[in-house]
Amino acid sequence: MFAYVVRRVLATIPVMAVVALFVFSLLYIAPGDPAAVIAGDQATPADVERIRASLGLDRPYLVRFGAWVWDILRGDLGTSIFTNLPVSTMIAQRIEPTLSLMIVTLLLAVSVAVPMGVVAAWKQGTLVDRAVMAFAVLGFSVPVFVVGYLLAYFFALEWDLLPVQGYTPFSRGFWPWLENLILPAIALGTVYIALIARITRATMLEVLQQDYIRTAKAKGVGQRAILFLHALKNAAVPIVTVIGIGIALLIGGAVVTESVFAIPGLGRLTVDAILRRDYPVIQGVVLLFSFVYVLVNLAIDLLYTLFDPRIRY
Amino acid sequence: MLGRRGLMAAGAASVMAPRVVGAQGAAARTLRVIPQANLTSLDPVWTTAVVTRNNAFLVYDQICAQDAAGAIRPQMAEGWEVAQDRLSVTFTLRDGLLFHDGEKVTARDCVASIDRWSKRDPFMQVLQPAIAEVAALDDRRFRFRLHRPVPLLLEALGQTQFPCFVMPERLARTDAFQQLREAVGSGPFRFLPNEWNPGQRAVWAKNDRYQPRQEPVDGLAGGRVPRLDRVEWTIITDPATSANAMTLGEQDYWEYPLHDLLPVMRRSRDLVVQQRLLEGTYGICRFNCLQPPFNNPAIRRAVAMAVDQRDYLRAVAGNEPDGWGVCEGVFTCDTPLANESGSGILKTRSIDRARAALREAGYAGERVVLIAPGDYPQINALSLVTADILRRLGMNLEIVATDWGTLVQRRASKEPVERGGWSVIHTTSQGLSLTQPVTHLFLRANGPNAWFGWPEDAGIERLRAEYVDATDAAERRRVAEALNRRAMELMAYIPLGYYWQPSAWRRNVTGVFRAPATVFWNIAKG
Repeated sequence: MFAYVVRRVLATIPVMAVVALFVFSLLYIAPGDPAAVIAGDQATPADVERIRASLGLDRPYLVRFGAWVWDILRGDLGTSIFTNLPVSTMIAQRIEPTLSLMIVTLLLAVSVAVPMGVVAAWKQGTLVDRAVMAFAVLGFSVPVFVVGYLLAYFFALEWDLLPVQGYTPFSRGFWPWLENLILPAIALGTVYIALIARITRATMLEVLQQDYIRTAKAKGVGQRAILFLHALKNAAVPIVTVIGIGIALLIGGAVVTESVFAIPGLGRLTVDAILRRDYPVIQGVVLLFSFVYVLVNLAIDLLYTLFDPRIRY
Repeated sequence: MLGRRGLMAAGAASVMAPRVVGAQGAAARTLRVIPQANLTSLDPVWTTAVVTRNNAFLVYDQICAQDAAGAIRPQMAEGWEVAQDRLSVTFTLRDGLLFHDGEKVTARDCVASIDRWSKRDPFMQVLQPAIAEVAALDDRRFRFRLHRPVPLLLEALGQTQFPCFVMPERLARTDAFQQLREAVGSGPFRFLPNEWNPGQRAVWAKNDRYQPRQEPVDGLAGGRVPRLDRVEWTIITDPATSANAMTLGEQDYWEYPLHDLLPVMRRSRDLVVQQRLLEGTYGICRFNCLQPPFNNPAIRRAVAMAVDQRDYLRAVAGNEPDGWGVCEGVFTCDTPLANESGSGILKTRSIDRARAALREAGYAGERVVLIAPGDYPQINALSLVTADILRRLGMNLEIVATDWGTLVQRRASKEPVERGGWSVIHTTSQGLSLTQPVTHLFLRANGPNAWFGWPEDAGIERLRAEYVDATDAAERRRVAEALNRRAMELMAYIPLGYYWQPSAWRRNVTGVFRAPATVFWNIAKG
């Protein structure tokens, strides 16, 4: 097992290298010029050129790529073109809100979606099942920002129950922290809940047809124990896989959710950096996201062994 | 109005009353602002971003500044003295000026700041050949020595478009093309670097040692009195969220509300929505004068005949007539140089006549590439109205929808449209920049060095030089009329009128005054 984990962690290195090369090349060929944005309308072409040179943007592709990789190997993600702050500092400033949003969303989604899916499978064909499936279709179809605006309208503007925007760090108390995350987590979690609920239902339906479930019923095991101890545990592998895949969905959705609820997270940092062509920041954030994604996949693979002892690495 | 959450918070707070009273006092003296953009750089010389300039007005002070009527008045300067031969101007600083780090402001700081700023300011670059030297005479006095009289020197030094902010000599010695990492000034507020999170928040605290002038505030001149303990900018990119935050009292001041949301904001009894800037924002339709078909002035003029500014302004600012104004000249309306000499062509407003003029001009179906920035709502709206006109004129139009970052790169291309060039772009400009020829970017016609589109016209350049040397108002007016006439013949760009960009603030915010820029001194929160 340990050897497997080490192997998988080492395997992230070539993956990250490919991501780095891809991201850098893509940004290199993408249109846009940060020097022109900085210089403003009144600048002469010579001024723009001098700014470009001072930022090192006039150097050839290979030189720039080499310098960037060398810096990364030394643990330096570079410096933002616009703010002059280290990219690592900017990421550190933004990681807590995004992490908080993702954790709350994940907890909310799993605690709502899995029981929903289980109950829908158990009550297959009934009104409850149809209601869950209708919610799942709706959750998939309505964009995150629409859900976000509706929640903000009712819970903040109309009923004044929750704040409409912003983020309070965890260090300033649990409730102030959570208060700002409830609406964004529901907005971001809706599509995730729909996804997990559907997969849970489908997998549970398959498991509930198995012989050992029939045997358990024949032995007089209670309905709750059958559903949550026997069936759900055996259905867990595909569910956990979907939860893992959904992390990517969350990262994408966080960009929109953070904008709608003015949460200063990594999603907004990425969008702002892209619009301004702040290359070091874009490269740093994308590398971080891909690293997280690789680690999440590793964690899911390891979780398989918990749910299914037949899986060995 | 105290909302439900406010009541709940107040109930909980009553348990620990003394602490909360203090906190409420602090909150009452903190102005929470939604700025127009994210503050990414602190250096007002390195970048021309308006948001950086607004930050600089909090942190730095100016030697002299513009009042509400546009006149230049002393600010850090006690006054100035022009020599009888007009070949030198000596400035004397007020006593007791201190930087935020406790150091005294000296004439050497002013000289270094002027030197760095001059390297980037286009206005100052026009005057530079006439300036022999700027030197400190002692701690409080510095002198401009001139090769010949420079009537516009004070206008340049006190301008608002690209202001000359005074920073400590150690910072001002930095290359003008390198970004400063520090923001240490002598202005009414101190920047708090530890609380700066670009993209989320920027915070300033009152500079207790600031000594404002005794005169009442007047535009950017007069007493800059810091009446708030803190100014906190929160970056909210989504306009609907900003509007909600203002309505709920989570924010106190919104610099640039989206025009579409103004009716909603106006309906709220807790909010004031008013024009704060002294000048409107002007729309500009720019032609690429190097490439066909718009290298032909007759074709540019034909398109201008189809333009009705009201269509553009409604597209940007809605139907409320007090939200915008027609301005059919090249200079900012209601300012001393505003005139409509030769502007009759902009009053044609006829697609049929424009179509006939286009035929006469010899348009042969050349491809026209119009670039529209989707992420810039106002400029995008202007672009789409022009696109509609060009289509109705029967031009062979291709619209490239892109983002602002791509547009600013592509507009630098002088290539034909087949090789990535462009034909028409749009932009906006603060009226302040269009009040006189020296700062009027779009009027320049010095070919490769002109603004994108690169028109070339010796007549315009000669008139501009005449303006720089003009010594009285009548002469300046004569030159301005000649410039407007020539600009309408050349038609390197079509003026599209102006719209007002109001601001919104909570009713308990007091002392908000009109100025050429968004500033936060003299404002209090009750």
